[in-house]
Amino acid sequence: MKLSPEAKHNLLDPLIGNNPITLQILGICSALAVTTSLKTALLMSMALTLVTAFSGASISAIRNHIPGSIRIIVQMTIIASLVIVVDQLLKAFAYDTAKQLSVFVGLIITNCIVMGRAEAYAMKNPPGLSFLDGIGNGLGYSLILIVVAFFRELFGAGSLMGYQILPLTTEGGWYQSNGMLLLPPSAFFIIGIMIWVIRTYQPEQNEAPDFVIHESHSHSAGESH
Amino acid sequence: MSSSSPSRLRRLLDGAEPHFTQGGKYERFYVLFEMVDTLFYSPPNKTVGGPHVRDALDLKRVMGMVWMCTFPIMFMACFNTGLQANEAMQTLGMTSIDGLRGFFLNGIGYDPSSFFANFFHGMTYFIPIYMTTFIVGGIAEAAFSLIRGHEVNEGFFVTSILYSLTLPPDIPLWMVGAGIIFGIVIGKEVFGGTGKNFLNPALVGRAFLYFAYPASMSGDAVWTAVDGYTGATALGIAAADGMAAVQAQFTWWEAFIGTIPGSIGETSTLAIFIGGGILLATKIASWRIVLGVFFGMMATATLFNLIGSDTNPMFGMPWWWHLVVGGFAFGMLFMATDPVSASMTNTGRFYYGCLIGFMTVLIRVINPAFPEGIMLAILFSNIFAPMIDYVVVQANIRRRTKRIEQGGQA
Repeated sequence: MKLSPEAKHNLLDPLIGNNPITLQILGICSALAVTTSLKTALLMSMALTLVTAFSGASISAIRNHIPGSIRIIVQMTIIASLVIVVDQLLKAFAYDTAKQLSVFVGLIITNCIVMGRAEAYAMKNPPGLSFLDGIGNGLGYSLILIVVAFFRELFGAGSLMGYQILPLTTEGGWYQSNGMLLLPPSAFFIIGIMIWVIRTYQPEQNEAPDFVIHESHSHSAGESH
Repeated sequence: MSSSSPSRLRRLLDGAEPHFTQGGKYERFYVLFEMVDTLFYSPPNKTVGGPHVRDALDLKRVMGMVWMCTFPIMFMACFNTGLQANEAMQTLGMTSIDGLRGFFLNGIGYDPSSFFANFFHGMTYFIPIYMTTFIVGGIAEAAFSLIRGHEVNEGFFVTSILYSLTLPPDIPLWMVGAGIIFGIVIGKEVFGGTGKNFLNPALVGRAFLYFAYPASMSGDAVWTAVDGYTGATALGIAAADGMAAVQAQFTWWEAFIGTIPGSIGETSTLAIFIGGGILLATKIASWRIVLGVFFGMMATATLFNLIGSDTNPMFGMPWWWHLVVGGFAFGMLFMATDPVSASMTNTGRFYYGCLIGFMTVLIRVINPAFPEGIMLAILFSNIFAPMIDYVVVQANIRRRTKRIEQGGQA
């Protein structure tokens, strides 16, 4: 299958260039909450990607029949139905991890990324492209979640996917776990550092400064004494 | 700079300078040359045009002053760390230590009544912590200076010494390094370096360690530099067993002079008052902030005394004990007065101080998870400092507008 340029753009652009978390700063709440372990992050990523993709496709399919004044309610209904399906599937096939995710699966309904893509893209574009757009944005979200969860679980608990990688001092090993990484604010630091790294390589993502800081001294090398 | 016959050092620096200026071999390392040069001599750049404010104090000298004001604290820190360790060793019946530290100390002995034995024992803990902070933090600072092209700032001298003094003596050195890197990079450099940080970088580093490795930063086992000895801080005892238990173990004067267990530099209120007094006398530290912190603490502590509680013994701690235990005095004089992260308006400074004093006692008394509150209180108030300034400025504008509307002069 050969993808059209726009389809390709929809799939790949949200990974780094237009990432929903690191550029649009959406969906931060769940990125803080579910990234203490890689397993929950993976499950959450899967759930959100599927919901975004299918809600995009379904909303796009009926976009010409939705009255403008009640469009948000219609979008919410579709998204909520999909989330209920995903929630039931998770409870059926991954009960323990689903229990750890607790309310955050249900809260996908209010996730800014899902709503944002429905409103910004699916309402104006055909279903196929909307589906790919949902997959792309879901993958962009997943990428960040997985990286954050990787660092948090590895250095916070010394394990990955529940398997002990770094032996902890409390169990006779050499690695002293970093307790801060198990607290939600640490995800802020990791996401912040990722934004820093991404913008160093893609300076066009930098926003224009709100104001210019007045330069009182010149710091250039080569001033004479 | 002397004009007729420049000193050897000046000649050496001048000789090396062409290599570091534009087009020279080491052009990229200009900031390092600048750092060494201005450490010894006044900066060469002069104000162009009419100077309106003349002051002999530049940022380098201000920071240098703060650094020198910590000397009495460093001195007491070494003595008390050693005293606590030697007393613990006497209790445990130990007479020698293995390893490198023992190699230096076994000749001097571990007599807790000998001043020198205490002082040198304390030095073998303080010096490695300070060196680690200085070297690791210095590398982080210099790396950012080289990449960003800004000067290596003396703010780092202050950050490094304040940070070292807030750590417990028994902390592993790799944690010291990790904490200062976090403090310098996340607390300061990501916002653009000294002057643009809205939090106190020394406290950011300490807070990182506090939340990342709570077992090494709190509890009973870390305050005395002897393995296997547990001794709670005065605040720890007060939170668990009340004021009577504290007074059974320490007198107020012991807590004031600083011969009690605690973080390296926080125990001696006397030494802190000497150093802090110089800071206040030279107007480097704002007296409004200090007064605010003191007043906020006193008012809140008295309020809790009056309310009283049957279940929480911390309610009964009077303000003169709050003053001498834990890091309150150190935080009040050295951390809260950091001019960058504090409020900038004079009225604001007072309210900012009050908020710190209030939050400190609130955390100490009400929050069972944290026996000490000054670190979190200062970081919390740092965040509110710009808002306090905003409110003060807006109130001023409103007052003057009203005066004009009534036909007066602004």
